Amino acid sequence: MGAPRNYLPATEREVSEMLEKIGARSIDGLFSDIPEELKLKKRLALPESLSEPELVAELERISGTNRADAVCFAGGGIYDHYVPAAVDHMLLRSEFYTAYTPYQPEISQGTLTAIFQYQTMICELTGMDQANASMYDAATASAEAAIMCASQTGRKKVVITKATNPRYRDVVKTYGAPRGFEVVEIPYDPKTGQTDEAKLAEAAKGAACVIAQNPNYFGVIEDMPALSEAAHSDGGLFVAVVNPVSLAVLEAPRNYGADIAVGEGQSMGNGMNFGGPLLGFMAATSQLVRRMPGRLVGQTVDNRGQRAFVLTLQTREQHIRRENATSNICSNEGLCALAATIHLALLGPKGLRKVAEASMWKAHYLAKAISECTEYKLRFSGPFFNEFAIQGKGCVKELREKLLEEGILGGIPLSSAYPELKHNSLWAVTELRTKKQMDKLVSLLEVNY
Amino acid sequence: MKKLMPLLFEMSSAGRTGFSLPASDVPELAIESMVPDSMIRKAAPGLPELSEVDVVRHFTNLSLLNHGVDTGFYPLGSCTMKYNPKVNENAARLPGFARMHPEMPEKGAQGSLRIIHDMDVWLSEICGMDRFTLQPVAGAHGELTGMFIIRAYHLKRGDALRDKILAPDSSHGTNPASAAAAGMTVVQVASDARGNVDIEDLKAKVGPDTAGLMLTNPNTLGLFDEHIKQITEIVHKAGGLVYYDGANANAIMGKSRPGDMGFDVVHINLHKTFSTPHGGGGPGSGPVGVKKALEPFLPCPLVVKDGETYRWDYDRPDSIGHVHSFNGNFAVVLKAWSYIRTMGPDGLRAASELAVLNANYIMEALKGDFELGYDRTCKHEFVLSGSKQKKESGVRTLDMAKRLLDYGYHAPTVYFPLIVEEAIMIEPTETESKETLDEFICAMKRIAKEAKENPENLHTAPHTTPVGRLDETLAARKPILRWKKEDNA
Repeated sequence: MGAPRNYLPATEREVSEMLEKIGARSIDGLFSDIPEELKLKKRLALPESLSEPELVAELERISGTNRADAVCFAGGGIYDHYVPAAVDHMLLRSEFYTAYTPYQPEISQGTLTAIFQYQTMICELTGMDQANASMYDAATASAEAAIMCASQTGRKKVVITKATNPRYRDVVKTYGAPRGFEVVEIPYDPKTGQTDEAKLAEAAKGAACVIAQNPNYFGVIEDMPALSEAAHSDGGLFVAVVNPVSLAVLEAPRNYGADIAVGEGQSMGNGMNFGGPLLGFMAATSQLVRRMPGRLVGQTVDNRGQRAFVLTLQTREQHIRRENATSNICSNEGLCALAATIHLALLGPKGLRKVAEASMWKAHYLAKAISECTEYKLRFSGPFFNEFAIQGKGCVKELREKLLEEGILGGIPLSSAYPELKHNSLWAVTELRTKKQMDKLVSLLEVNY
Repeated sequence: MKKLMPLLFEMSSAGRTGFSLPASDVPELAIESMVPDSMIRKAAPGLPELSEVDVVRHFTNLSLLNHGVDTGFYPLGSCTMKYNPKVNENAARLPGFARMHPEMPEKGAQGSLRIIHDMDVWLSEICGMDRFTLQPVAGAHGELTGMFIIRAYHLKRGDALRDKILAPDSSHGTNPASAAAAGMTVVQVASDARGNVDIEDLKAKVGPDTAGLMLTNPNTLGLFDEHIKQITEIVHKAGGLVYYDGANANAIMGKSRPGDMGFDVVHINLHKTFSTPHGGGGPGSGPVGVKKALEPFLPCPLVVKDGETYRWDYDRPDSIGHVHSFNGNFAVVLKAWSYIRTMGPDGLRAASELAVLNANYIMEALKGDFELGYDRTCKHEFVLSGSKQKKESGVRTLDMAKRLLDYGYHAPTVYFPLIVEEAIMIEPTETESKETLDEFICAMKRIAKEAKENPENLHTAPHTTPVGRLDETLAARKPILRWKKEDNA
């Protein structure tokens, strides 16, 4: 087998000419600095090279063993929203996707201008003063927010509502452990699914911050003004983890006193992709901007008097401050932030509101229909956005496998993260679901429980 | 203030939209009937109102202000800006992969689970490790995961006092930052006259408090550390572990393996070595591989294969936990899968060989015009110094980098590594042809000549780019981080 040449332009003749100029006898001669005992003597045990048509056929075959065709009622942070065709067409402009981080602003104004507009849109959605250029996902953005609050307050206690996505809580714990964070979880009201503000105020004593998700993991809308007040009662900060689509209809975090707003931006123009890439967003009050992790794009002028954009406040970052940086983040999710920017530009404020309203209407239609099934009931009484928990009588895992055979991806089982919620599952509805799909689901639930 | 292009907010015209939805097929409830008053948003977010054509023209024109690998040569050292194959982009867009929700039951996710499992096996083979997690989504995220693993390993053995991470003075900034983020204190180790780790300094600095050493090999000077085996042995003898920063793995595929060199934990940048695009700053992917003894500490969950079926393994009591919401950047992993499947074992080896050939070819051609810190065979990249030009004509590396933009190239990495004065770090990658390299060499020689004859033209470069040099001091002193009408009067 020889090496495939698709992406390797050097011909044999050119290789010889180059070796001659270098003064080396062979390519192996260029590797003589590797000690003999460390040279790999065997051929790598990998599958043999495929031609492009063979590769495409293989990919199609493997992707065919997935059930991506199933009608999606799963959420939990990742939602099946519609992405306009123009988004991907713009993302495929390879001047965007084949560029590196914009270190040379003179030839990176495309990326820099887009990120500056992204930062503005995140500020507009959240009501916060400043947003950064993106984080990996909502989970790591939550963890980084906790770290910001710990350095701002000099405290190590991090309070998080138990109704916050268990995956985000897990990452906050992973990141917090080596820093000696004490992570305290606040229970939810078993009836409403909302967080108890009195318990939260108690836990907030001596805390660096309180982290609360809204709508919470159960889809329930929290009383964020009350939680914010309780969170601030002993000098701690308040971090709101929010769904950006919900912000078309739900109050902006800054208006109820959040110091930091983070969230999962996948819903804005990004596909589900089996959970990645995602888009963590982060916005904060201007007092906290110098504690922010990651890239920030700022406006300035060039030597020709033109408006231009550049990476700024870099003395927070690892390539300047090394071990004293605010975070170790370097590459972020730039292209996903670009997708969000294009998406929001297409939707505009009215389009985003339409998506939010349609998702809510459909979720409320489905919730009502399922709760009218004999063996199911709505688990929580609190108000909800586009997601809700349902309590049944049987094994959720088995139910989901049955539904999958009927072409439906059922709600997420809740009992592994919440043992007290046995036989409960979490259902999400977006604007893409139709009445017909929901009625079919309900008729299946009538006979499966 | 002149404006190169209006921003979306400046183009907005109330009433326009670029989006449509079908009429509702369910009852349209009033928001007030679903949401308590205190949680209803009173003022709509100030997003722009535009039609599809406005948006498409804006972003198309913005893209033209960017330089990407598809535009031209991108010799950015330590970033491995190789060509990003187009079929891999198609792979990630196949609906059977792209439309997968991560909470799909295993039965309906066999294809995606198989991709993750294949990559675990293949990366283990390429790196000489035993097990890989695909969860970390960037190089620095991989480093952080690796540091968590090293910390968990020592704690499990009751070795709680090991909190020092050694890193050479030539290391990437993310190395000390990741170690610090994992609660470690960073101890710097010197480099010797040949650009290797200074063995005597290393010996003096390892001890009972050493958690580990972080190393890039070939290092950021583009040099293979000739004493690597001795280095890993010194650290192991002191009870520490050795971490491999895979940023430079493009030099060694099929030629040498970190696992065989004695590394215990490795991260690989799929967005460098395995051809996935950088996306203007991500999404990347930074899988982490470990030796057997560290497997229990890997993030949860991993994919296992039982007979012909793939499933998640959550039963991992010693795991450091999750480092990402879901399964890492799956779409990026899939593009790397396609790349490995296309290249095969011979293609990957040839890629590393040609990357090294290309770097040595440029280095040999330019070493008469620029100072070369370490005159020995390099691997996939090398570091020149602009100190001669600075001394002779007051032209700095920054000036020469900016002048390169006028020639249609992206600049090399500059002022890094920190141990080389006026550093210019050049990494051509294997996907560039001899003509491209010859033209680049020619441009570099002309710039060296221009430094002598017309230094002013370099101080004011670039001249032909959409914008000139930026006032970065102003940007930092009076930060404007979002658009407001009043800042753009």
